Amino acid sequence: MKALRNYLDKIKPNFEKGGKYEKLQSTFDAIETFLYVPKKVTFKGSHIRDSIDMKRTMSVVLIALMPALLFGMWNVGYQHSLSIGETNGIFDNFLFGAIKVIPLIAVSYIVGLGIEFIFAQYRGHEVNEGFLVSGMLIPMIMPIDVPLWMLAVATAFAVIFGKEVFGGTGMNVFNPALIARAFIFFAYPAQMSGDKIWIAGLTEGKGVVDGFSGATPLGNWGQNIADHTSFMDMFLGFIPGSIGETSKLAILIGAGILIFTGIGSWRIMLSTILGGVFMTLIFNMFAANEYMKVDPLTQLVMGGFLFGAVFMATDPVSASQTNKGKYIYGFILGIFAIMIRVFNPAYPEGMMLAILLMNTFAPLIDYYIVEANINRRLKRAKKAVN
Amino acid sequence: MSDNISVKKRESLFSAQNLKLLKGPFNDNNPITVQVLGICSALAVTVQMKPAIVMALSVMIVTAFSNLIISIMRNGIPPSIRIIVQLVVIAALVIIVDQLLKAFVYDVSKKLSVFVGLIITNCILMGRLEAFAMANKPWQSFLDGIGNGLGYGLILVVVSFFRELLGYGKILGMQVIPDSFYQAGYVNNGMMILPPMALITVGTIIWIQRSKNRDLIEK
Repeated sequence: MKALRNYLDKIKPNFEKGGKYEKLQSTFDAIETFLYVPKKVTFKGSHIRDSIDMKRTMSVVLIALMPALLFGMWNVGYQHSLSIGETNGIFDNFLFGAIKVIPLIAVSYIVGLGIEFIFAQYRGHEVNEGFLVSGMLIPMIMPIDVPLWMLAVATAFAVIFGKEVFGGTGMNVFNPALIARAFIFFAYPAQMSGDKIWIAGLTEGKGVVDGFSGATPLGNWGQNIADHTSFMDMFLGFIPGSIGETSKLAILIGAGILIFTGIGSWRIMLSTILGGVFMTLIFNMFAANEYMKVDPLTQLVMGGFLFGAVFMATDPVSASQTNKGKYIYGFILGIFAIMIRVFNPAYPEGMMLAILLMNTFAPLIDYYIVEANINRRLKRAKKAVN
Repeated sequence: MSDNISVKKRESLFSAQNLKLLKGPFNDNNPITVQVLGICSALAVTVQMKPAIVMALSVMIVTAFSNLIISIMRNGIPPSIRIIVQLVVIAALVIIVDQLLKAFVYDVSKKLSVFVGLIITNCILMGRLEAFAMANKPWQSFLDGIGNGLGYGLILVVVSFFRELLGYGKILGMQVIPDSFYQAGYVNNGMMILPPMALITVGTIIWIQRSKNRDLIEK
């Protein structure tokens, strides 16, 4: 470790103003700050700097994503063995999944970071660290069989039009990872919906057991077919689905890490879940069709609801900033997610659209919360004067 | 003395000043990307190139001739009812264009559906009439109309080129992306056909234009 630090210090002057590689300054800076906490200090006034900066924050989120990712890799292999009627060991399944998943992660990072570096270089900014998490989230919310070039196009679209257009990390209105998913969802619907795509190799149909459907519980319900997958299977994640979202247990572990370190907002997670439960209970009251009768717990463990609530809705940039606003934001988000699911068979997974929709409204919610606060204090001040 | 004045007044038909009217709308004064007028039709008719070209031609003709006619009449129009007069002229021209399209290119006219009729409400037309034709001579107004129509058409053609190429794999209705691509797993981008992508394409053009021409950026 020491040697690396020394090496960085040695080559650093080359990248500073007047150095040989002056133009690559932002690239060097990105690598250096990724490896070590920057030593930058402020000189004027009193500034308290938290030792945890943006890159460290992102690393924690990455760690929180690990349980879901590792389980996802195993599940890819497990679902594949199920579909061809074999029973493989844990390790074999995991290996199969890892071989399938790692290229997706690599493509997402290479394309996304490549574009980030180009923009940073061109604009003379520091390289934004936001993509560390987005780059991991993007493959995790994709079906396993998504073609690599499609993933690359979607990632490029998400980084350019979801982020760079607005000015880079911290300025984006929408969650970039969800933009990537929404892009594929609308641009290449055949690769993002249906019941064949969620299991590796099922679209080719080679050696698939007779009668094996591959439909997800959510997909079944979306077409109003009663699904009888057990709660435990859905909770532990032995179901087909996007790579990272099947195991609710793994997601809850991630949520625990995020809440414990104070990086993910528990307010948003809690209120999103409450919103979802609230809407499901209303549907239960009407119970006009089978889908409306599904109980709240099942709705929560189906599809990407929890994954969205924990990792997507809590995105510190695109969510509401005020505490009160976070409750409102999450609650409406949960309501919309369940509503889109149940009412619109064309969009079985409402979570993606609900989060993108609420991202648009987050600044508005904040605005009114702040305004209300100002008015309240003005009133109080007036009272005090009188 | 009198000779001097007449020399000053005579201006050649394509003087630098007049050419600027024609060229301005291509870049610094583009009706869509700079004035941000006529966006709705630009989003709606740019799915394929053929309708986009026809639409661009129609708008150009209507803008040019309505500019010309209003400019000729400009001193006789009472200011209080000028909008009505302008609308009557535009509407008459649009109906003529619409009938011509129906007669000669029926299938394109069907694809354009209401958008030919909606040229009447196209902001470019009213904008140019109000801003230019009411205060300038007929020939200049005519050139201004042609220029703005071309500027509008340029954006329409560029946007529709990308939308048709990526959305259908075709250009002007001809397959340009080879079958071997499709067999290798290439899929047409369904989102390019939807209106949001037209907006994003126009936005990208504005983005590129502004990063090249920094004078356009508002302070």
